[in-house]
Amino acid sequence: MIEIKNLTKSFGDLLVWRDVSLTIQDGETTAIIGRSGCGKSVLLKHLNALMYPDEGKILIDGKSVFDLSYTELRKVRQRFGILFQGGALFDSISTFENVAFPLRYFTDQSEEEISHNVNEALTMVNLKDSGSKSTAELSGGMRKRVGLARAIILKPDYLLYDEPTSGLDPRTSGEINELIVNLADTMDITSVVITHDMHSVLSISDKVAFLDEQKLSWFGKTDDMKHSDNKNLMDFITASEYQINKQTA
Amino acid sequence: MISAIRELRIAGGIREFGRYGQLLYQALRSSTEFSTYRKNLFHEFVKVGYESIPIIFLVGIFTGAVMTLQTAYQLDTDIYPSTIIGSIVVQSLIIELAAVISALVLAGKVGARMSTELGTMRVSEQIDALEAMGFNSVSFLVVPRIAAGILMFPILYTTAAVFGILGGITAGAVDGILPVAEFMEGGRAFFFESDIIFGIIKSFVFGFVITSIACYKGYYAFGGAEGVGNATTRATVLSCIFVLLADFILAALLL
Repeated sequence: MIEIKNLTKSFGDLLVWRDVSLTIQDGETTAIIGRSGCGKSVLLKHLNALMYPDEGKILIDGKSVFDLSYTELRKVRQRFGILFQGGALFDSISTFENVAFPLRYFTDQSEEEISHNVNEALTMVNLKDSGSKSTAELSGGMRKRVGLARAIILKPDYLLYDEPTSGLDPRTSGEINELIVNLADTMDITSVVITHDMHSVLSISDKVAFLDEQKLSWFGKTDDMKHSDNKNLMDFITASEYQINKQTA
Repeated sequence: MISAIRELRIAGGIREFGRYGQLLYQALRSSTEFSTYRKNLFHEFVKVGYESIPIIFLVGIFTGAVMTLQTAYQLDTDIYPSTIIGSIVVQSLIIELAAVISALVLAGKVGARMSTELGTMRVSEQIDALEAMGFNSVSFLVVPRIAAGILMFPILYTTAAVFGILGGITAGAVDGILPVAEFMEGGRAFFFESDIIFGIIKSFVFGFVITSIACYKGYYAFGGAEGVGNATTRATVLSCIFVLLADFILAALLL
């Protein structure tokens, strides 16, 4: 379980958000939504202490991640998989080696076991035959899927997605959404998804957190979102639906 | 207003120096994690050392050749014996030129590569990805680069000095101004082993200065492609300035 308690973050004089508190239950998929620049990715990077807040704490199974020593923190980070916006693949090595990377450094697996696990992960993200490709040969969607295969290779407890469908065509976005749902079901992973794609939110999330006006403006079940009396949230949903309708028209 | 700007600049400089010190401290602390950076260390030995030999060969040859021709031109009188040309060229190469000119060239070649690589990794979130996986990114990326600089620069300095002397001998002989035997005689007359040690100490310090500044600028780069460009430019300029400053301090302290 991830508990975010009274988190405040600013960059110099610029306040990103103040007093954000929410709890992410085990096995749930929580979407964090909001306008561009509202600090969604910043919040995500606090979950495994890639960034530190001005105030507040984050508890992972009751332990504050910001109070851990660097050695302890590295162990906690290994419980997280993270899919970055652009994939963040290491461009000096092949697709296969990118996925194998954590296995080579954090496990004692033999070459045969590594090969088996990497191929299994690549198959899960529908990229069975792409292991030998260099990262430069991969399309945007493929890069994200390889990033996802790398994120799940150590079988993490928590999976963080930073804009998993941004910049992708509707069909590829649908495939990524399907993958997120499948992974959450088959691997029993707790997922946190940063997105402003409402179609994605409705297909994958159990709960939604809406960041707006430098605070957590709304948090609740996805099914309850459309009946909310939060005006800004309703405007956000309406604007997103208008965009979707415009794209499909 | 002007004093406020000056204060801001000074504060910025102190903050930057503090961050540089912090990165070096982290690198020193994580240098014990040999298994994390072992592979990268050998990769960097090849990149910094082996792949720099062609440019160091050219730098050495031409510096020695030009030095010989210009010294002969400046001492074109009957007051000095011609062997003095060999003495000046050999000692200048060993004490100063082989180390400093190589360092300035390597600030462009090695330093620029390191800051661009790390800067690109930073802005494309590859460094965040390493940290998120549980890696110590400083140990993985910074330690092997600085270690390769410290260990490879003395070898490159020695290469530049040897080829510089060969370049000087060749230029003197081909131009007909100084036979090989006279060059060698002059070179031997003022050759001191302590000069080589001084040159090696210099190259060791320059290797550290160039790679640590390049890693610092690249590791903390921000702002996309333009940010990486700025980081690389600043790394190269700062490296050159600090190489010259270190050169002066070492000369004042050790000679």
